[in-house]
Amino acid sequence: MEIKVDESTCTGCSLCKNVCMYDAIDIVGKKAAINENCVFCGACIDICKFKSIEITGLSQGYKDFSQYKGVMVFIEQQPGSIADVSYELLSEGKKLADALGTELTGILLGYNLSQSYPEIFKYGTDRLYVIDNEIFENNLDDIYAKALVQVIHRFKPDIFLAGATGFGRTLIPKVAAIIKTGLTADCTSLAIDPEKKILLQTRPTFGGNVLATIITRNARPQMATVRPHVMEKKQIDVKPGEGGSNGKPDVDIAKHAESISLGGPDSNICKSGEDYNGRVEYIELDISNFKTKYKLIATEKETGQSINLTDYDVIVSGGRGIGGPENFGLLKELADALGGVVGASRAAVDSNWISYPHQVGQTGKTVNPKAYIACGISGAIQHLAGMQTSDIIIAINKDPDAPIFKVANYGIVGDLFEIIPKLIKRIKYGNNLIQN
Amino acid sequence: MHYFLTEEQQMIVDICRQIVNERIIPARAENDEKGIFPADIIKEIGQSDLFRLFIPEKYGGMGTGIFEVCLATEELSRGDLSVATTYAASGLGFIPILVMGSEEQKQKYLPALASGEKLAAFGLTESEAGSDASSIRTRAVKDGDSYILNGTKQWITNGGEAEIYTIFASTNPSRGARGISAFIVEKGTPGFEFGKKENKLGIRASATRELIFIDCRIPSENMLSSEGMGFITAMRTFDQSRPAVGAQAVGVAQAALEEAVNYSKIRHQFGQPISSFQAIQHMLADMATQIEAARALVYHAAKVTDSGEKNISKLSAMSKLFASDTAMKVTIDAIQILGGYGYMKEYPVEKMMRDAKITQIYEGTNQIQKNIIALELIKRGAL
Amino acid sequence: MIKIKIIVCIKQVPGTTEIKINPETNTLIREGIETVINAFDTYAIEEGVRLKERLLSNPETKEEVEVIAITMGPHQSESILREAISLGVDRAVLLSDRAFAGADTWATALTLQNAIKKFDDWRLVILGKQTLDGDTGQVGPELAQMFNIPFVGYASNILEINRTRMIVKRLMDDRYETFEIKLPAAISVGKEINIPRVPSLRGKLKAKNEQIPVWNKGELGLEDEKIGLSGSYTQVVKIFIPKTIHEVKMITGGPDEQAEELYGKLKELSIL
Repeated sequence: MEIKVDESTCTGCSLCKNVCMYDAIDIVGKKAAINENCVFCGACIDICKFKSIEITGLSQGYKDFSQYKGVMVFIEQQPGSIADVSYELLSEGKKLADALGTELTGILLGYNLSQSYPEIFKYGTDRLYVIDNEIFENNLDDIYAKALVQVIHRFKPDIFLAGATGFGRTLIPKVAAIIKTGLTADCTSLAIDPEKKILLQTRPTFGGNVLATIITRNARPQMATVRPHVMEKKQIDVKPGEGGSNGKPDVDIAKHAESISLGGPDSNICKSGEDYNGRVEYIELDISNFKTKYKLIATEKETGQSINLTDYDVIVSGGRGIGGPENFGLLKELADALGGVVGASRAAVDSNWISYPHQVGQTGKTVNPKAYIACGISGAIQHLAGMQTSDIIIAINKDPDAPIFKVANYGIVGDLFEIIPKLIKRIKYGNNLIQN
Repeated sequence: MHYFLTEEQQMIVDICRQIVNERIIPARAENDEKGIFPADIIKEIGQSDLFRLFIPEKYGGMGTGIFEVCLATEELSRGDLSVATTYAASGLGFIPILVMGSEEQKQKYLPALASGEKLAAFGLTESEAGSDASSIRTRAVKDGDSYILNGTKQWITNGGEAEIYTIFASTNPSRGARGISAFIVEKGTPGFEFGKKENKLGIRASATRELIFIDCRIPSENMLSSEGMGFITAMRTFDQSRPAVGAQAVGVAQAALEEAVNYSKIRHQFGQPISSFQAIQHMLADMATQIEAARALVYHAAKVTDSGEKNISKLSAMSKLFASDTAMKVTIDAIQILGGYGYMKEYPVEKMMRDAKITQIYEGTNQIQKNIIALELIKRGAL
Repeated sequence: MIKIKIIVCIKQVPGTTEIKINPETNTLIREGIETVINAFDTYAIEEGVRLKERLLSNPETKEEVEVIAITMGPHQSESILREAISLGVDRAVLLSDRAFAGADTWATALTLQNAIKKFDDWRLVILGKQTLDGDTGQVGPELAQMFNIPFVGYASNILEINRTRMIVKRLMDDRYETFEIKLPAAISVGKEINIPRVPSLRGKLKAKNEQIPVWNKGELGLEDEKIGLSGSYTQVVKIFIPKTIHEVKMITGGPDEQAEELYGKLKELSIL
């Protein structure tokens, strides 16, 4: 495999050099020369106006994947609740399934799944596979991985999606490694190539500055994880009897689903009886070879610093411009007045002005609240990566050239220590500031 | 600016700069305000081998010269003079062992000081004996194969934090300065107590305490050199350590200059940054020039010291005198450039000014430095 | 004989703060991009060195412990290995071959696996929880799965460790979980676990003089179709800079006017 520059057509225009993120192109004697930093990302090929660059020697041998069909979503649950990201994935999965004209299925693993999960059917799920077994009690990665591998081998989905939660990010790579297929992490957009009918997995890279579209070349399923709160959660309107659950009473799947174990080592995943319009299938696994390598000793809620920024519609964030830990009180006051929460840039957290759970950005939380108010945050790339999808961004900064203004919807150049107290007063006491 | 540093010297600067940026600056305002001794930062300095610099390799050191110590001290002072003072004071505490100690004493004490596992301190000053060291009242009386120490040392940097103390006491008051002897005293020795921690104008994150000796029994083997050699030990130590005080002053001045330049570019008045006003420009130019002159003098004094030259008192006194006066002037000017903000604790320059003042006072006031310089001029001529 | 080897996998990444986009041409402004150790990998290095210090100071595990850093990348990645040595790592190996280029997480994990296999007595692999450029966090679990050893991601505290087992706490989204696992194992770490030290002068001097071996595909016994882009299941087909159609509305005037207008906007947007 090689990447080559056709020197007869290359003009040395430097477009490729400028677009290369890996410093892999030098212009030598008015021709582009590709050095060993190249990772074959193809950015130079796309930008070249003269079609002078090509990758050769890469076997494109697409195998026959016709037996792989449908979109499957891993539905992540903690006892009593389903992670919101699962609904977001079902919504996204529905679009993909429609584009391919295939089924959307969910796979739910757990123990004592006695609650009803009718929500799952509000997002277009055609079929839900459920495995209820005590081995899933502690959410151990390796047990889950083995089970999912069996499920994937059995049902052969073309596309498999999971949430990029802490659990998903540990579990799903193991599944991909056992299955021997590709996995694309943290996708922000998924689409079906209309001609090739393959999954186009687009994800940010380089701290969110650059988007890369990735395909799964020569293996199936095409696996991707998606961060929580990135995809839109969207219930669909369907006529009763056609799938979906609108207009239907909530159904307790545990009651309506039946399970029949056919037994036998190779047939441990079994088709269930009909129920819920035939859309829940209870599956049993032969767990005799399910040994875990983990011994769970303790689980504790993360307390004391249990702020979860993504739970709030408004985030008032402070950065280095806040000047010190004491001034976060001012931001807290504003956040309280707006029913929001205080966030922070990495600079503020690294200076120990506020604890890590408040950190927004690439190394902290990714958030997309209704309103993000950035106070004294210059807007380093890492920070922007974590908040630029917020609905409305308001930036207050002394420096008119601060990069934060490049992503803000509203910008205020000024002293936050003057403006914020006035705003708080305005909210609390309601006196127009200009007339008085 | 290029100072023609070797690769190793540049490494020293880089390490210190990283400690300053990542550890010292984020903590300095609070440590200053509350007078917190930053033990974790000092540990980090030790872990980075910075205490090893001046100690010979056979005692766990790296055998560099005073110049390297000055580079480290300057850079640390750029972050916080309190930290640099703690660092330099440990050096001041172990230099007597280096220059006058026996092989056994060096073997016993230097390795733990080189690794930073232990800090040292230098105990000379007393309430009635500052610049006039010969009038110290702490007494050491021989009793069999030990000495009994009685007396109180005042304003001892690293007091309480250090494990190893070089203590100067009179073994023969009738001989004045020639009756002073130096002893190594370990923390925890019965009869050795600490007084209250001093509340200071500046370098507030450094520990300054009284050392109190009440019938404190010290084995004779802990005496440095022999009876009556204490004053010479102290003077030789100062000759080695003074350029590092100059380096402290250069570092704090440099930090103030950086603050002033940065501020002048972002502060707008009359519709333009104040850096566009000649009044500010000339102040900045003066500050930078003075710092560069001070740095040149400190580096020169350190290099001459490292060359093995014997008569270094005059040059090392000049470097300390000039650099500390520069630091005082530059930090005051930095506040002036920052105006009202400079006077406020939200900005670090007022702290730098408070800190800088000590460099004109400790390790020999600047008046004493002038005495040393003048004496040398008269004794050896102006050449 | 070194009885416990700890392998730290690190990666060279662009110092991302340096990356800026030219808004007119929508291309990267490359000047002054320097490459650094991936930030999370510095915690992995520190934890490796701390574990070594801990194992050596414990009489029960007073065995010889060695911390080895490995990276896969072009030749200039050697600089981060030197940096790792300055931070206390004993030695380092560079995995470098033109054929490794374009590797996805799978091919990367496979290459690392074949390198780690060459060491005897390795008991633990430590990785940063993700890289700042690729940002996938997948190499760790994939690598562990290839070895069929336990993997604990987002480790926040190693409570106990000896030659054969460890007790490790990990931070999941909303909870801590503590596991006992047998060694060998792999863990990934983030900033919760430690505060990386500043390099030491002796470390820097050692790093400067150290010979760093380079292993290519031949030394790892890997065929072309297993490595690099050829050995990858995923392939980047397009890389682009998102067009930002963005307009910021500046709220001007004195602080009173600004606060008043902002108040109005918050009302208007029904945030209030």
